[in-house]
Amino acid sequence: MTTELLSWSILLAQILLTLAMACAVYRLLRGPRAQDRVLGLDTLYVNATMLLLTFGIRTGSTLYFESALVIALLGFVATAALAKFLMRGEVIE
Amino acid sequence: MTNAADLPAWAALPTALLLLLGAGLALTGSLGLLRLGSFYERIHAPTLGTTMGISCVLLASMLFFSVLQTRLVLHELLIAVLMVVTTPVTLMLLARAALYRDRSEGCDEVPPPPPPLPSSPDLPGGSPQTQVSTKVFERT
Repeated sequence: MTTELLSWSILLAQILLTLAMACAVYRLLRGPRAQDRVLGLDTLYVNATMLLLTFGIRTGSTLYFESALVIALLGFVATAALAKFLMRGEVIE
Repeated sequence: MTNAADLPAWAALPTALLLLLGAGLALTGSLGLLRLGSFYERIHAPTLGTTMGISCVLLASMLFFSVLQTRLVLHELLIAVLMVVTTPVTLMLLARAALYRDRSEGCDEVPPPPPPLPSSPDLPGGSPQTQVSTKVFERT
C-alpha cells in the first residue's frame, strides 16, 4: 500500500515539476526583455535538476544523480555568462 | 538494481511527503515567475524552488537511497552546496545587469544611481527630477 502511495506521489511530483518547467518555458519564450528570458532559463535548469532527481527515485538508480549535478553546474555557468553578457556586451573581455 | 518495493513504510511516507512538498514549492515559484508584474518582482519568485524546493527533493532522495541500500548515501549534499553557493551569486549578477540596463535607458521605475561626487549641489531627489545622473550632468 505504501509502495503504491510512493509511486503515485512520485508521479504527481513529476507532473507538478513538468508544469513548473512549462511556466519557465513560457517566460523564456514570451519574456518582455532579455533579463526575463535569462531568469526563465535559470528556473528551467533548477526544475530540470529536481525532475532528474525524481526520476532517480522512481527508477532506484543513482545514475540520474550525476546528470542532475551536471545540469545544476551548467545552469550556474549559463546564467552567470548571460548576466555578464547583458551587463557588458561581452562574456570574456 | 534495487527496487522501490523493498522500502519500509516508515521511510516511504516521508519520502513521498518531501517529494510532493518540493515539487509543489517549485511549481509555486514558477507560477510566481509567470504571474508577477515587473522583473524586479519576478526575480524573487524562483528562489522558492531553489532553496526549499530543491532541499526537500534532495532530502527525499537521501532518505530513499540510504534506507534502500542500508548505508549512508550523502552525495546529494553536493547539489545542495552548489545550489546554496551559486543561486545568490547568479541572481545578484542578473539583478545588477537588469538595473544597469534600465538605468542606461533612462527608465523612470528604477531608483537613480547614488551620487558620484560629494560636492554636487543639485542631486535628483524630487519627482520631476528623477532622471539618470547623466542628464543632470548635461544640464549643469
